[in-house]
Amino acid sequence: MMDWRALVSILLLEGGWNTVVVMVGAAALGFACGAVGVFTMLRRRALMADAVAHAALPGLAGGFLLGAALGLPGRTPPLLLAGAAVAAAAAAMLIDWLSRRPRVTEDTATAAVLAASFGLGIALLSIAQTLSTGGQAGLDSFLLGSTAGMLASEAMLTAALAVAVTIVLRLALPKLAAVAFDPPFAAASGLNVARLDLLVTALSLACVIIGLRIVGLVLVVALLIIPPAAARFWSDRLGVVVAVAALFGAASAYVGAALSAVLPDLPTGAVIVLCAATLFAISMVAGSARGLLPLAWGRRRRASPASGMPAAPRSALP
Amino acid sequence: MTTFLQIDLPALLGALLAALVCALVGNLLVLTRRAMFSDALSHVMLPGVLVAFLLTGSTAAPAVLAGGVVAAFVAAVLVHVLVRYGRVDPSAALGIVFTTLFAAGIVLMEQSGAARTSFDVHHILFGNLETLVWAGASGPGSLVDPQALALLPASIGHMALSLAIVAVVLYVLRTQLAVVAFDPVFAAASGLRVRLLDLALLAATALATVAAFEAVGAILALAMIVCPAATARLLTRRLDAQVRWSLAIAATSVGVGYAVAVLGPPALGFPIALNAAGTIGAVSGVFFIAAAALQRRDGVAIAGRRA
Repeated sequence: MMDWRALVSILLLEGGWNTVVVMVGAAALGFACGAVGVFTMLRRRALMADAVAHAALPGLAGGFLLGAALGLPGRTPPLLLAGAAVAAAAAAMLIDWLSRRPRVTEDTATAAVLAASFGLGIALLSIAQTLSTGGQAGLDSFLLGSTAGMLASEAMLTAALAVAVTIVLRLALPKLAAVAFDPPFAAASGLNVARLDLLVTALSLACVIIGLRIVGLVLVVALLIIPPAAARFWSDRLGVVVAVAALFGAASAYVGAALSAVLPDLPTGAVIVLCAATLFAISMVAGSARGLLPLAWGRRRRASPASGMPAAPRSALP
Repeated sequence: MTTFLQIDLPALLGALLAALVCALVGNLLVLTRRAMFSDALSHVMLPGVLVAFLLTGSTAAPAVLAGGVVAAFVAAVLVHVLVRYGRVDPSAALGIVFTTLFAAGIVLMEQSGAARTSFDVHHILFGNLETLVWAGASGPGSLVDPQALALLPASIGHMALSLAIVAVVLYVLRTQLAVVAFDPVFAAASGLRVRLLDLALLAATALATVAAFEAVGAILALAMIVCPAATARLLTRRLDAQVRWSLAIAATSVGVGYAVAVLGPPALGFPIALNAAGTIGAVSGVFFIAAAALQRRDGVAIAGRRA
């Protein structure tokens, strides 16, 4: 049975230093992923993050093997991180190049790069596992992460990511909005659409790489996709959607980390995903802009002749 | 020779059957822009198989198969609900559904204690061709010895069976499926049951994925669904030729990938073998990238007769 009093005290940051570190660090990551995810979702590239995250595996394994070949102690974090970043960036470019070829659709390019690079990663991993340097377990937690074992330095890293994402998005919001609403118009009015897309890709790459190391592949993909989709039900204004998505991401991570501290058998990453999914389900039913109940209610009002509904605002999101 | 029969032959056979069944369904998934759906499918196998295991207490083929197919249907219905009623972008809906179901599977696995029994996530995702062994083989004569053949790994039989089922279903429905793939509006207008055909394709995909992942892992299944069909699409404009090309490319990827895994490291002086499921997937990706790089302006990579 759930201990509600313990949950409340943990939510109030009274759960001890380690729990606080995990909750705050995860919340910062959820904040960053939620905000960035809105832009990948609007450009219909939600699953790009999934492919790029899988593609980081050969980079991680390659970094590990390079470290072993150079005689460095197993699992040198900067080397692993650099390997993952290089591989993920290469995968993003490869997907982009492939999907611009004739007769190749974007989802085919995404799935092919995902599967092939993950296969390469598994093959490289099988070399790493035969080495006797030890410390390969870090590569194993790649999929599911080890959120509950987050270090204070890692929480600082996610906090820095959240701050950086907030600043960049705040500065670029008008331009990113133009690209999200109407790419041809944005291009015609002198914006460099390719460069702005690159900015979004770079931000989501940063979220994926930092998130992979701390919370694992599935969770970082979930945090980039679910909170933005949930936030979309609450508003048609881009700035509001970004803020709500960041809030939803942070809240699901915070509450999920607290829940898994109370129920110790539950893996933190998975609980966070389920919290985000719950928020999504609530939003889909009750969201004020596109939720099912408000829509049904609005339709009934529109059907009555007295109420003149205003036309949709011109800045409505697609 | 005996070592080859005992270790390499069953692994090659398993990978080949898995590759063929996946490539077959992959042709239609790539045409209908549903390649990423197979990625989602490979993740929801975890909760599906786990629930089947918890309900029946067995990891036998019928339970695993039923769990995987039911999970595929649940995922498809959820994605449909999100897109149709929530107006969520299709690729985002896919991401929401598979991460949530996967997370639910992980929680269920930890709570039920299945993590501490025979249930192994890594095995499901990465596969392990190397565990397919034919203990009954004692020499070339075993190939015609019914008693020895009966000792082949059971999953090879399951894959051969699902390959036969998928091949028959796709062959019988080939005209209708092709019409739906190329022009769903025309298909619906001409009285075809589009949704029913979609369901048949989904069932075939689920069957292919489940059968393949039991032996070779979900990732190789995904690679074989996407890469050979996508490569074949760059080599020809005709669907029947595309299917034949994709089967040939899948078989070649298996041969080359397995050779790289087993013979590559010793050739460089390392006494190890790579994970063959991984190298096969990577090789199929290299074929796809090569075909895309060699494309001519009309979109076809090699000279072929224009229909």
